[in-house]
Amino acid sequence: MVNFGGVGYIRGFMVDERNHLSDVGISHKVNVIDKGTVDIPMLQILQPDGSVHSDADMPEIDKEAALKIFRTMHYIRVLDERMVGAQRQGRISFYLACSGEEASIIGSAAALSDNDMIMSQYREQGALAYRGYRTEQFMNQMFSNKLDPNKGRQMPIHYGDKALNFMTISSPLGTQIPQAAGYAYGQKMAGNEALTICYFGEGAASEGDFHAGLNMASVLNCPVIFFCRNNGYAISTPANEQFSGDGIASRGLGYGIKTIRVDGNDVLAVYLATQKAREIALKEHCPVLIEAMTYRLAAHSTSDDPTGYRSKEEEQKWRVKDPVQRFENWMKSKDWLDEEQHKQFVEQTRQEVLAAMKKAEQVDICEIDDLINDVYDAPPWHLKEQLSELKKHISLYPEAYPKTSGRIRHD
Amino acid sequence: MIKMNMLQAINNALITAMTEDEKVMVFGEDVGHFGGVFRATSNLQQQFGKGRCFNTPLTEQGIIGFANGLASQGSVPVAEIQFGDYIFPAFDQIVNETAKFRYRSGGQFTCGTLTIRTPYGGGIAGGLYHSQSPEAFFAHIPGMKIVIPRNPYQAKGLLLASIRDDNPVLFMEPKRLYRASVGEVPEEDYELPLGKAEVVKKGEHITLLAWGAQVEVIEKAAEMAEKDGISCEIIDLRSILPWDAETVSESVKKTGRLLINHEAPQTGGFASEISATVQERCFLYLESPITRVCGLDTPYPLAHEKEYMPDHLKTYEAIKRCVNF
Repeated sequence: MVNFGGVGYIRGFMVDERNHLSDVGISHKVNVIDKGTVDIPMLQILQPDGSVHSDADMPEIDKEAALKIFRTMHYIRVLDERMVGAQRQGRISFYLACSGEEASIIGSAAALSDNDMIMSQYREQGALAYRGYRTEQFMNQMFSNKLDPNKGRQMPIHYGDKALNFMTISSPLGTQIPQAAGYAYGQKMAGNEALTICYFGEGAASEGDFHAGLNMASVLNCPVIFFCRNNGYAISTPANEQFSGDGIASRGLGYGIKTIRVDGNDVLAVYLATQKAREIALKEHCPVLIEAMTYRLAAHSTSDDPTGYRSKEEEQKWRVKDPVQRFENWMKSKDWLDEEQHKQFVEQTRQEVLAAMKKAEQVDICEIDDLINDVYDAPPWHLKEQLSELKKHISLYPEAYPKTSGRIRHD
Repeated sequence: MIKMNMLQAINNALITAMTEDEKVMVFGEDVGHFGGVFRATSNLQQQFGKGRCFNTPLTEQGIIGFANGLASQGSVPVAEIQFGDYIFPAFDQIVNETAKFRYRSGGQFTCGTLTIRTPYGGGIAGGLYHSQSPEAFFAHIPGMKIVIPRNPYQAKGLLLASIRDDNPVLFMEPKRLYRASVGEVPEEDYELPLGKAEVVKKGEHITLLAWGAQVEVIEKAAEMAEKDGISCEIIDLRSILPWDAETVSESVKKTGRLLINHEAPQTGGFASEISATVQERCFLYLESPITRVCGLDTPYPLAHEKEYMPDHLKTYEAIKRCVNF
């Protein structure tokens, strides 16, 4: 075996020596490695009050870019607040707010190129808004009307937009993690100057797909950023009942993945970390793991009441670390914020959300034919047969199926 | 035409597809330089490079998850699961992701280019975990296609059609026939249609239906029955989902009798679906109950493999019972 700087060539194959044990140190004592042997610090640029740590690396960011991030954060606050209300009123069936995590999502999305694919879990509406998804588009999806690109098939918040390179969300947790590795591999093979970012929570990181995806991305050199929102809870399960290692970041090291831990409530830190991750992933054709430490200020979803499993005191402790307020303070310190203009923007957004909601709830659902479309590229015989039977049945009992009975086309 | 066994025909189809379209990528456990544990992917890495034919870590959910992402990106993944018995860790990715990708996104994103190849079936002393025939689990998944060839000619033509079909296809290869089945295979590119059964032999008194390696079993039983003066019509279903109910029903309307044979356990097996559908479509034509000759409702055994299998003798006896009903 010839040795070229730690890499051995055996019969023409490149093999990492360490994996063949030849490069592993030997001990003659039982050597128990306790957890926490590596210190993984958290990158923080802004202090909770919005002032900059004196020795902090600063990302390059101009006023225009900062304003876009800031406004997207406020836009999402308004949208979340309004839609939680709409769910309480029974106007939509389900909603899921991202309060407290705006900096993690919008800060990272801002560091990407529009060509990068975003694969998300479900609490990342901020990334979609940053990419340019419009209020009426959010509404059409949530009201499952015929203008919803999903044709009303999925629950609210399961967004997707091909033009914006935002992969359609699905409910099963963690499934997008190995998919992101595959998508990124395809981007690399096609020679695209683009990567995939894959968002997931710390709970989803317990799924087998997390292990599969990170290992595959590492072994197959996929340019993907795995972005974990470690917000302390998976529904009611606190992080200490989810894992006992050093968060999610420590696992990246085991897979041989370059890893960064960042303060998820500090938008500048998230922005800088993601910029760095993107640069590395594209240059070195490798995955990078980012663990953003944050807190889910909202309930898990509109079907959840967090008072049953955590204290008001704990929530209060995190409210003072609010990522939006922190960034606002920094914007003010730069004199980049026109308060009058900002107030106007928030008010305008409220009106826009309300108007779009009223409009979207008036739009019909898709025709019944769309029930069998897109199962395959074209409906096969058995689906056509089933649709035809269904239409006959609806015509027999039109009052029982009011949303479709008036619009049946018998072919 | 050259004589090939089924593995060579599959290998030939993969070479044809990879030569034609550089977006075709083949991966799975041991498929790389080694060429697969059955050698179906021999020389692909040497010919097309490590970027397009590669080993993956040993993780079935990872392989199919990765393949879903690659397919949704626009590449053409041909993923291998080493044995059909080990496809279950990927069941979630297949059922909830692969099959629903197009539907849930309203057609914005799809896994239509994905083909999953997997060897299946018994008769090779494989015991519980190298013998299973899991097609019925997948037949219950709207959005999937399932295809099973019975000989080398079918294998090449159906695999090429599966790779190019714009729907995810589970391509199940009867490993008992990998080397045992040898036949003439055109060197040039050709496809056989998905969703279409093939009437292998015309007959009058009873329709015999099977797929994969079991087609030769019903052929053997039919030969025995012919000696008793029973004329059997033999159909190879070829596609499990969507399946060709029309060809099967037409045949049953003519013969008035149907026997379905598969290796998988009887309860919940795909014969149940066929049997119910044919009963609905051909009620007035049936002269005897539809007969199923299947594996037992047990795990696939090792020492009792011969007893477990729905072989030609069990099929022959069932044919006689059906005709003499």
